[in-house]
Amino acid sequence: MNGESNPIGSLVSTFGLMSLFAVGGANAAIPEMHRIAVDVQHWMTDRQFADIYAISQLSPGPNVLIVTLIGYAVSGFAGALAATLAMCVPTAALAYFVSRLLGRSTGSRWPSMIQAALVPLSIGLMAASALVVSQTADRTWAAVLLTLAVAALAYGTRLNPLWLLLAGGVLGFAGVL
Amino acid sequence: MITLFLAFAKMSLAGFGGVLAFARRGIVEEHRWMTQDEFNETFALCHFLPGPNIVNFSVVFGQRFGGVAGAFAAFAGLVGPPMMLVMALAVLYAHFGQLEMLRRILAGISCGAVGLLLAVVVKMLMPLLKRRDIAGMAVMIAVFVAIGLLRLPLQAVLLVAVPLSFGITFVMRRRAHA
Repeated sequence: MNGESNPIGSLVSTFGLMSLFAVGGANAAIPEMHRIAVDVQHWMTDRQFADIYAISQLSPGPNVLIVTLIGYAVSGFAGALAATLAMCVPTAALAYFVSRLLGRSTGSRWPSMIQAALVPLSIGLMAASALVVSQTADRTWAAVLLTLAVAALAYGTRLNPLWLLLAGGVLGFAGVL
Repeated sequence: MITLFLAFAKMSLAGFGGVLAFARRGIVEEHRWMTQDEFNETFALCHFLPGPNIVNFSVVFGQRFGGVAGAFAAFAGLVGPPMMLVMALAVLYAHFGQLEMLRRILAGISCGAVGLLLAVVVKMLMPLLKRRDIAGMAVMIAVFVAIGLLRLPLQAVLLVAVPLSFGITFVMRRRAHA
C-alpha cells in the first residue's frame, strides 16, 4: 500500500478488505475505520472522525455511508465513490453467490449456530465502536450525561432516533456541552 | 426492476438510524413481497455474512426476485440516492466544518450518536444476560478489550475470535444435547 502517491488505490484496498471482515455490519467496523483513517493513514484528525460519524448517523440510508465521507475527505468525489463501492461490492458479490447457492429456504441448524457464534462478537465490536467515538465526543461531564440520556431514551422509548440526534445538536449549539 | 429500485430508494431515504425497520415495513407490509418469516430468515442470512447487513440484504432480495438485474436494481436503489445526499453533506462539511457554530452542533450530535449505539449494544446484550451465556459474554468482553482498548487490527482479532467463538458454541451445543 502506498497511500501517499495513490490515495484512491489505498482507499479501495483498505475498504475492500474491510468489507469481507466487517462482522456485525458497519457500526461494528468503526474502530477499524478509526484506526486506519486516524492512526495509520492520517487521513483525518480524531475530531474530524467524530464529526463524520455524526454526519453519517444524521443522514438517512445505510450506516455504511460513513465510508463515503471518509473517501470524500481523502480525495473528493472519486474517493467517495471508490470507498463506497470498495466497502459494498465484495460482500455484495459474496451475498449474491451464497444466496444463489442456498436457494429459498434451508431449514438446517447451521444458520442458528453461526448466529449464536457471531452475535457476541458483534456486540463486543459495537461496544468498542461506542468507546472509540465517545473518547472524542464525550470530553465533558455534560456530554457524558447527554450520551447516557440518549442511550436511556433510545432503549426505553420508541422515539425516532433522529429527534434524539437533533436534540443533541441543539444542546451543542446552545453551548451546554 | 424500476419498482425494485424505487422501493429500495424510498426505504433507504426514510431510514434514519438504520434502514432495517423501514425495509421490513416496505417489503412485508406495503409491497407484500415476503412474509414476516421469510424476511427474518433472509435477514438472518445477511447478518452473518460479513459487511453491511442491509446492503447484503438488498442484493439477496434483488437476486431472488429478478436475478442479476434485480440484485443491481435493489443495491443501486439502496446505496445510490443516500450516497448523493451524503456527498452533498460532505461538500458542506468541507466548506463550513471549521465554523465554531457547526463544530458545536456536530459535537452534540456525535454525543447523541454514541448514546444510540449504546442503546443498541444493551438491547443485543440482554438476551445473553438472560440466558447466563458466560462463554458468549467472555468472547464479547475479549473482543471489546482487543479492539476498543488495545486497538488491535480487526483482521488479526477476528482470525482468533471467530474460530474460538465457533468452537465454544459447538461444544456448548453438544453438551446441551448430551
